[in-house]
Amino acid sequence: MSETIQARVLRVIATTQRIPVEKVKPDSTFEELGIDSMDSINILFDLESEFDIEIKDEDAKKIQTIREMIDGVTYLVNSKQNPQAAGE
Amino acid sequence: MRVVISGMGVISALGLDQQEFWHSLVNGQSGIGPIPHDVGPNPEMGMNQVRFKNGAAVRGYDPDSYFPRKALSFMDRFAQFSVIAAREAVTMAGIEWNDELRESAAIITGSCMGGRFTEEIGYWELFHHGRHRVHPLTIPLGMSNAGASHISMEFGLHGPAYTISTACSSSAHAIGNALWMVRSGAAPMAIAGGSEAPLFLGGLKAWEAMRVVSPDTCRPFSANRSGMILGEGAAMLVLEPLDRALARGAKPLAEIVGFGMSADACHVTQPSAEGAARAIRAALRDGGLAPEQVGYINAHGTATEVNDRMETAAIRMVFGDHTADLPVSSTKSAHGHTLGAAGAIEAVATVQALCNGMLPPTMNFAEADPECDLDVVPNHAREAKVDVALSQSFAFGGLNAVLAFRAWH
Repeated sequence: MSETIQARVLRVIATTQRIPVEKVKPDSTFEELGIDSMDSINILFDLESEFDIEIKDEDAKKIQTIREMIDGVTYLVNSKQNPQAAGE
Repeated sequence: MRVVISGMGVISALGLDQQEFWHSLVNGQSGIGPIPHDVGPNPEMGMNQVRFKNGAAVRGYDPDSYFPRKALSFMDRFAQFSVIAAREAVTMAGIEWNDELRESAAIITGSCMGGRFTEEIGYWELFHHGRHRVHPLTIPLGMSNAGASHISMEFGLHGPAYTISTACSSSAHAIGNALWMVRSGAAPMAIAGGSEAPLFLGGLKAWEAMRVVSPDTCRPFSANRSGMILGEGAAMLVLEPLDRALARGAKPLAEIVGFGMSADACHVTQPSAEGAARAIRAALRDGGLAPEQVGYINAHGTATEVNDRMETAAIRMVFGDHTADLPVSSTKSAHGHTLGAAGAIEAVATVQALCNGMLPPTMNFAEADPECDLDVVPNHAREAKVDVALSQSFAFGGLNAVLAFRAWH
């Protein structure tokens, strides 16, 4: 089975933050993983590359948790694959 | 030794000279708008791939009316701005060059990006068009010290000349160093300031990637702020000893009394209020000033949430209860963030405020932010006789520079 979106997001975060992927859980906080605002922007940049998506600045500013990263990426990937269903 | 400002020059989004600059600032005219095609990335590269469209570009600028063609081929846009601002400053100061001055007057410029506009055009040919060579002048046009070098050639000055690159504090550091050189007697006068021309594709894309650029305009200290607006331009100031200025019949514009600097030493992009506060205190100490003497601050005020809240906290740390009586405005709301030129352009605004008894406003202010509870002189210039004013610059990399000026009566 191919890697899920969630697993790919967690892998990208681990790679960008240079930490073991086992440490990155959907409910980990930014603080636990040592993610500051510049780290978060780096992660979003790598997620855009990984999934070939574009995350808007307004959305990027709101993201405070790993879960929001997973949900946001999932939404954008689904929108790209199926524009009607996502209401775009 | 007391040091004064005896001349100033500015070229910016608010106009091609200092008078236009000040007139626009106090009348609430903005230099912010769509980056024109003749300034930004050339049409083939395309602005359409940049997510934001607005900047504070110098408009109506015709290089041919300032420089011979041959000279222009040796100067990037940022270097041209440096010389234009220096010419205006020297003319205003009424400097009459003699052998002694030419031998030892100092030139200290600040620039963050230098001539990368020109570099980009060369690299576009290399990377995009698959050419195997770039223009032979790419290095001399691209170097960040080109502004200082061209000023030295313009006036035939053989003394100390160098460039400081400390991101958004570059030209504040340059002016501060000039103050110390003139005050110590190391130089009989100095031309100091900064210049920047950052509206090229790679630069715009780099700022876009940091997610700090506003999609519309610059609203410092306002709760509905949406980030910074990049600007271009230059400002230069002439510094000389008070006695020398008076002896030759020059009229000082203001006294420059203090310079303070500090390093946050904590994070490359997250500023520290403690670091900023240490630079402010150092400037006050250098000028022999008490916090209560300060009557106006020209803020760094980038209109990013991180800067504006940090800067407010720093001001509160240093000025305590006096903060309530201390107007603080960010003129970046009108001329954009000119990076390495910002400290110098804002120093000119600060000196003008002292000269004219008028505080330039923070434009585009709409909603108070409880974490930026300062008197930000919202939207309209204000008459105020101020004796001492600060100009603050806080750079990425955590390098801070603060200048203190006193009105000349």
